[in-house]
Amino acid sequence: MGDLYPRMRRAYGAHPLHLLTLVASFALVGYAISLLGVRSLWNHHVWWHSIIVWFLGAVLLHDLVLFPTYALADRSLGAGWRAVTNRAPTATRSVSPVNYLRLPAMASGLLLLMFFPGIIEQGRGTYARATGLTQAPYLQRWLLLTGAFFAVSAVAYGVRMVIAARRTDPGNSGRTAVDTPGTVEV
Amino acid sequence: MSRSSDDGDVADASTEPEAGVDRPAGSVAGVTRGVFGFPDRLWQALAERRPPGLPGPERFRSPLRGPWLTSVFGLVLLLSLPLVFLTGLLDWIAYSPALHQSIPSHVGLLHLPYFTWPTRPVWLFRLTEGLHVGLGLVLVPVVLAKLWSVMPKLFAWPAARSAADLLERLSIICIVGGIVFEMVTGILNIQYDYLFGFNFYTAHYFGAWVFITGFAVHVSLKLPTMVRSLRSRPIREVLLTSRADTRAEPPDPDGLVSPDPAPATLSRRGALAVVGGGSLLVAVLTVGQTIGGVARDAALLVPRGRSYGNGPNDFQVNRTAEAASIQPAATGSTWQLSLSGGPTTVALSRLQLLDMDQHTAELPIACVEGWSSTQSWTGVRLADLARLAGVRSPVSAHVTSLERGGVFAEARLQGNQVLDPDALLALRVNGVDLSPDHGFPARIIIPAAPGVHCTKWVRTIEFAA
Repeated sequence: MGDLYPRMRRAYGAHPLHLLTLVASFALVGYAISLLGVRSLWNHHVWWHSIIVWFLGAVLLHDLVLFPTYALADRSLGAGWRAVTNRAPTATRSVSPVNYLRLPAMASGLLLLMFFPGIIEQGRGTYARATGLTQAPYLQRWLLLTGAFFAVSAVAYGVRMVIAARRTDPGNSGRTAVDTPGTVEV
Repeated sequence: MSRSSDDGDVADASTEPEAGVDRPAGSVAGVTRGVFGFPDRLWQALAERRPPGLPGPERFRSPLRGPWLTSVFGLVLLLSLPLVFLTGLLDWIAYSPALHQSIPSHVGLLHLPYFTWPTRPVWLFRLTEGLHVGLGLVLVPVVLAKLWSVMPKLFAWPAARSAADLLERLSIICIVGGIVFEMVTGILNIQYDYLFGFNFYTAHYFGAWVFITGFAVHVSLKLPTMVRSLRSRPIREVLLTSRADTRAEPPDPDGLVSPDPAPATLSRRGALAVVGGGSLLVAVLTVGQTIGGVARDAALLVPRGRSYGNGPNDFQVNRTAEAASIQPAATGSTWQLSLSGGPTTVALSRLQLLDMDQHTAELPIACVEGWSSTQSWTGVRLADLARLAGVRSPVSAHVTSLERGGVFAEARLQGNQVLDPDALLALRVNGVDLSPDHGFPARIIIPAAPGVHCTKWVRTIEFAA
C-alpha cells in the first residue's frame, strides 16, 4: 500500500492533514449553528432580518461593495489627474496631488463607514431611549473632521509644492524630488 | 486571510504554473499544485469555463500587493483578534451563566471553563469589555487592508482545482464572513442601531465561534507562508525604501503579486502608515468612551462621548427613566424597598435607608457596549441589607426594578457580588441624590459587574440563602 498516500494526496489535492483539519473545523461550525438553531438563521417575517442573510452579506460586503466603490473612486482620481497632466506638460515638475486627496478622503470615508448610524441619524428612537440625547451633532462633527482632514492635507500639499519648486529652480541642481504623475493602482 | 491556498492565476488558466513559483514539495499544508484533483475532468472543465467578465489578475495592478504586505496585516490580526475573541468570551462569563443570565443561554461546549466572576479588581469588566470593543474598532482598518491585499484571490480562476481547494475556500467564507459579520453587528450595536433585527448577543456570540474556527484553520495552514514571507523582506529595509524605489514583490504561488504592476504611488512604509494612521484615528476618536476624563471629549462620533451638563449626575445614562416608563409618583415619598428571603419581608423607605450606615465607593459603571465611567457612589451595603432581611450568608440575590418589561428590569447577583464591601444599594452619587435617569430613588452598584446588572429604580431585593 506504499503508493496509497501519494495517490490520495493527488486525488484530494493536499496532505491528508489538510482534510482532517478542515473537516474538524466544519464539524465545529456545524455544532455552533446547531446550538444557535438552524431555524434561527432565517426570519420568516422580514427576510433581511435573517442572520444568514447578514452573514453572507458580510462575506460579500468588502469584495463586491466596498472595494469596487473605493477602487472606482481611486481610478477616477488617477484618470482625472492624467487628463489634466496630459494637457499641462509642466506637470512633471509639480507634486502629484493623488495622495493628498486620497488620504483625507480615506480618513473621512473610514469614519463614515464606521459611524454612519449617528451621522445619518439611523436608530434615532433606540439611541434616544438609551442615552436621552439626539444624534443631531454627529453629521456636523463628521463634516468638520472631514474639512479638517482636507485642510491639513492642503497645507501639507502646499508645503511640498513650495519645496519641490525650490528644488527644481533653475538656480539649483537639476535633481528633482518630484512624484511621478499619479498612476493610480488599486 | 488570503482566500485560499490554491495557486493564483499568474499564468493563463490552462497552463501549468512554473516550477519556480511552486511550493516546496512535502509542504504539509500546501495544496498540490499544477495538477487537478479527482475527478480531473470536473476540475479541468471548471478551469475551462471561466465566467465572462471576471477580472483577471492583470486588473489588479498595485505593486504593493504581495505575500509580505498580506503577512504583516496577518501578523497584526493573528496577535490581536484572539484577544478580542477571548475578552468577548470572558464577558459572557461576567454575565453569570450559573445564574442563567448569560446571553445566549445555551452554548453547549462553546464557552470558557466556568468560574465565578470576581468583584476585584473593580475595573475588571471595564478592562475586558473596553478591550473587546476598543480593539475591535481599532482593527477595522487592518481588516479592510487585509481584505484589500488578497482581492485578486477572490477572482482567481479556476476557483478550485481539487476538493482540497474547494474545502479551503468554504473555510475562507467562515473567516471573512465571520470577521465582517462580527464587526458590522458590533459597530451597529454600540451605536444603538439595531438595523439587523435579530438578537445581537446570540448572533454575535455564535458568529464569533464561526469566525474563530475559520481563523484557526487559516492560521494553521498559512503560518509557514506568513513566517517565510515576513522573513523575505526585513522591516528595516521596508522602512528605508522610498516610494520611488518601491517595486513589486517577486511572483508568488498564491497570485497576490500583480503580474503587471503599475508604478508605486505609495511606498510600503507609506501603506503601513496609512493603515496604522487609520487605526490611530479610530483609537483617538473612541478610546475616550472607555477611559473617560479629557479623552471623552475626543470621542466625537460615538454615543458615549457626550456630556449631559447636569453637574454631579453628568455621566453616561443607559436607558432613561422615560424609556423605562418610570412614573414620578412611583419614585416619590411612598416608594419602599422590599427585602425578602429571610423569615419576614422587610420594607424600608428611602429615609430609613438614609438612616442606615452609608458607605461611599469609587466604582466604574461599565457597559457591554465598551464605554465606562467611574463615579463616587454612596449608599447602603448590600451585605447590611441581607443581614437586615435575616439572610446571614446569601448565595445570590434577585433584584427587580420599577421598570416594566425590559430585559434588564431585573438581575441576579452572585454571592460574592452581594457580600463585597463595595457592593451598594446606591442612593446618592458624587454627593447628591441620584437623578431619575441614574435610577432614583435607589440603584445597585457592584464592583466589576456588567452595567446592566446594576439595576436602577430598585423595587425589591430577594436574598437566597
